Amino acid sequence: MKRVGEVQSQNFLLTKFQDLVDWAVNSSRANSLWPMPFGTACCAIEFMATAASRYDFARFGMERQAFSPRQADVLICAGRLPFKLAPVIRRIYDQMPQPKWVISMGACASTGGVFDNYAMVQGIDTIVPVDVYVPGCPPRPEGLLYGILLLHKKIKGESLFDAVRRREEQPLDEKGLRLAPETIDEISEPFGNSVHQFRSS
Amino acid sequence: MIPGAVREAVARDGERVVYIARDRLLEAMTWLKNTPGQQFNYLVDVTAVEFRDRERPIEVVYFLRSLERRADIRIKVELHPADELAVDSVWSLWHGADWLEREVYDMFGITFRGHPDLRRILMWETYAEGYPLRKSFPLRGRFSRAEQVRQALNANPEAHYSLEELSIAEAGGDLPEDMRDRLRRGERGVIPDPLPPPQSPGSP
Repeated sequence: MKRVGEVQSQNFLLTKFQDLVDWAVNSSRANSLWPMPFGTACCAIEFMATAASRYDFARFGMERQAFSPRQADVLICAGRLPFKLAPVIRRIYDQMPQPKWVISMGACASTGGVFDNYAMVQGIDTIVPVDVYVPGCPPRPEGLLYGILLLHKKIKGESLFDAVRRREEQPLDEKGLRLAPETIDEISEPFGNSVHQFRSS
Repeated sequence: MIPGAVREAVARDGERVVYIARDRLLEAMTWLKNTPGQQFNYLVDVTAVEFRDRERPIEVVYFLRSLERRADIRIKVELHPADELAVDSVWSLWHGADWLEREVYDMFGITFRGHPDLRRILMWETYAEGYPLRKSFPLRGRFSRAEQVRQALNANPEAHYSLEELSIAEAGGDLPEDMRDRLRRGERGVIPDPLPPPQSPGSP
């Protein structure tokens, strides 16, 4: 029976098997994210700049852009989302295999932005669960890269074994909604300059 | 010009605006398009204006251009909100009016009589909140955000944009021969060939 000090001196590392599995799984997931671009507006231009040679998000394992949701890991919504496209992005999200992540790029995708009107979804988190919100109008490529690195960090903190840190599928409820109606109304409230407008005829 | 059709004609800053009586619109447009010396053969746009002053009528505005004469004219028809919001479609004169009139219908609720396919074009067809560009329409829509999200998520995007609708297979008979050849090779989908003639009983 050897003492702990002697074991350490012989270049052993001790860890839990679960942590080893999580480390291996999360590293491979985070370092090879295949993005599914969902570009609807000017944010998509910045997204393309991020993908192009000067910024080049292939450096962060996003070498292959998946233009099919079936082979994608992360959905990047770049631009405003009208209600007419809401069922489309939900369908695309549902078609992506688990595990999957969502980056909401820009003010419009995250909150509706300046489009606080009848046609626009006030934040795509009312439609699909969002992991990282990138602010900006549109965000510079550095901003999107920072969001991607934050997503890496988030993925590396996940766990297959811990119920709290595990990713779970979030299906729509029986009303076809992701969030409770009160929550949707609350997060769709106007803010900033638009509080001076009111809902009336 | 057709007698009695012009209600008012304004020329200002080199732009000509002609107000036409609603019932004479199609007649006047036919005259403008076909008469030598007018030849307004290009319909640039159709739109509508509702003013803040609720007493003022809603205007349907047509922008016409004569490609030969390089001349423009603006035609307006006034519709009083108390009356029926309807005007004759000019689709029979300019087929390009099809989507333009659909957009005016979608945004203002103005009906175009004689239009071949008057459906909403920007908003989805089941949209029930009204006509967004009318002054009586609240900026954020009539329903709550939760209800809007619920309706959007329960919509079936394929209900109106079916593959059948997008396919040109049905138009196969009207296509030129070279295009049909390319289609037969499967470049953009396949047109089924006509049925083979019935074989005689003796043939193998």
